[in-house]
Amino acid sequence: MARVRFVQRDGTEKNVEIGSSISVMMAAVRNGVRGIDGECGGCLDCATCHVYVDEAQAGLVPPPTEDEIELLSNVTAPRRSNSRLSCQIKIPSSIDELIVFVPENQS
Amino acid sequence: MSGLVVIGASYAGIQSALSAREAGYADNITVVCDETWLPYQRPPLSKGFLLGTTGEDNLVLRDEAFFKNERIDLVLGHRAVGIDPRARQIEVDNDATLTFDKLVIATGSRARRISAPGAELDGVCYLRSVADAIDLKARLAQAAEVVIVGGGFIGLEVASSAAKSGKKVTVVESMTRLLERAVCPLVSEFLHATHRQSGVEVLMGETVIAIDGASGRVAGVTLASGTRLPADLVLVGVGGIANDDLACAAGITCTNGIVVDEHGRTGHQDIYAAGDCANHYSRFANGWVRLESVQNAQDQAKAAGLAIAGSHGPYDAVPRFWSDQYSVKLQIVGLSAGHDRTAVRGSADDGRFTVFFYRNGKLIAADSINRPGDQMAARRLIAAGLSPTPEQAEDPSFDLKSLVKAIETINV
Repeated sequence: MARVRFVQRDGTEKNVEIGSSISVMMAAVRNGVRGIDGECGGCLDCATCHVYVDEAQAGLVPPPTEDEIELLSNVTAPRRSNSRLSCQIKIPSSIDELIVFVPENQS
Repeated sequence: MSGLVVIGASYAGIQSALSAREAGYADNITVVCDETWLPYQRPPLSKGFLLGTTGEDNLVLRDEAFFKNERIDLVLGHRAVGIDPRARQIEVDNDATLTFDKLVIATGSRARRISAPGAELDGVCYLRSVADAIDLKARLAQAAEVVIVGGGFIGLEVASSAAKSGKKVTVVESMTRLLERAVCPLVSEFLHATHRQSGVEVLMGETVIAIDGASGRVAGVTLASGTRLPADLVLVGVGGIANDDLACAAGITCTNGIVVDEHGRTGHQDIYAAGDCANHYSRFANGWVRLESVQNAQDQAKAAGLAIAGSHGPYDAVPRFWSDQYSVKLQIVGLSAGHDRTAVRGSADDGRFTVFFYRNGKLIAADSINRPGDQMAARRLIAAGLSPTPEQAEDPSFDLKSLVKAIETINV
């Protein structure tokens, strides 16, 4: 099973195993990763699951849809080129471990 | 055993427990809930779950191992039946008594029942819990003609799911437009047209005076106008009522919900309430308000959890709501009641627009149809107390983000 490594701003980390059908947001919520709310459950309404995908891996996950890009346009934490909504990310089979950084706050 | 006791294991109950723990609350935490399921997601129940795109596995928010790890005891399948604030005790329906130092009441809301004759017939359904959803899904699979009573969020989302599943669907709404208390007329009209185009019949200004049955099962509804609609399934979505009975009986002040301050604290020093069952003063409402939403439940419960742990983080988030029907994404931020002016960005003809609401020149709310970018901008503008002029809001070439960026520059 693949893993997600959630890195907080204070450097603390949480490693979570994740099945292929589960989003990174869901894995975070189920395992109590601080700073990822996932209010809407992944239907692209709330933008409360913003993360930064490790820059070296940003190209390995499928790109965001129009709706995701629009939501990311005004997230509260700084938006960067590797900003994603984690509800839209599932781990491709080519990755054993995805590293994501949790921003300081959610929208 | 004492410590923190939480009544209710949905969004507000669980969030208050987690926030207290996260903020350093070290004593026992016990969550009591009359439902037998582990805490689960509610928004998909009227949408993906009914359609089969979200399975039962994907509804569970947190598993037993998680609670064990956080040292939170779950008592599921048991209802709290009494609160004694002076003795600091909760009476549970299995004759157990729980003693608390701090208490959170997160009992949520229940579906308002229809009082027409025939309301008790088999096939008259409501949707709140996962048990309701499992039952509704099974019945929907067998149904051919569905009547939805109430054109609110639940009714319209179920109408959308039922129509997508190929059912003949009729929505009966007593007001003059859909979602009358939640959105502006332009949004109501757009949604009405969307439902009509999807084959759903919408009857406005009609009330159900009787539910007709045959051999104990629902067979149709009779409307005040005399119209009779055949139906083998009736879904009633006519609003929610706060589950504040326990609190009221314990002498805690309740007025359309349990009255709480910005920390979720009731009139009793160590008793808190959060979520659908709580009524709080909101600067965004310009008054007291009881909200039924995931955002409200979570944010209010965070404030309560922090206060319980001796920390500080009052509830002051801009209220927000959303609904997905067919391919329409409706998002609402702020509370539009009392607005004196609107401005529209985009156009209903294109299926993408946002209505901005103003009161005394100040932006107070925005309803968006398929414009999530506007919604995100409005969320931040309202939170910061910033208002684009109505002319700026209407001008698609004006960058709403520029105002947000301006305040960030000031704050730095």
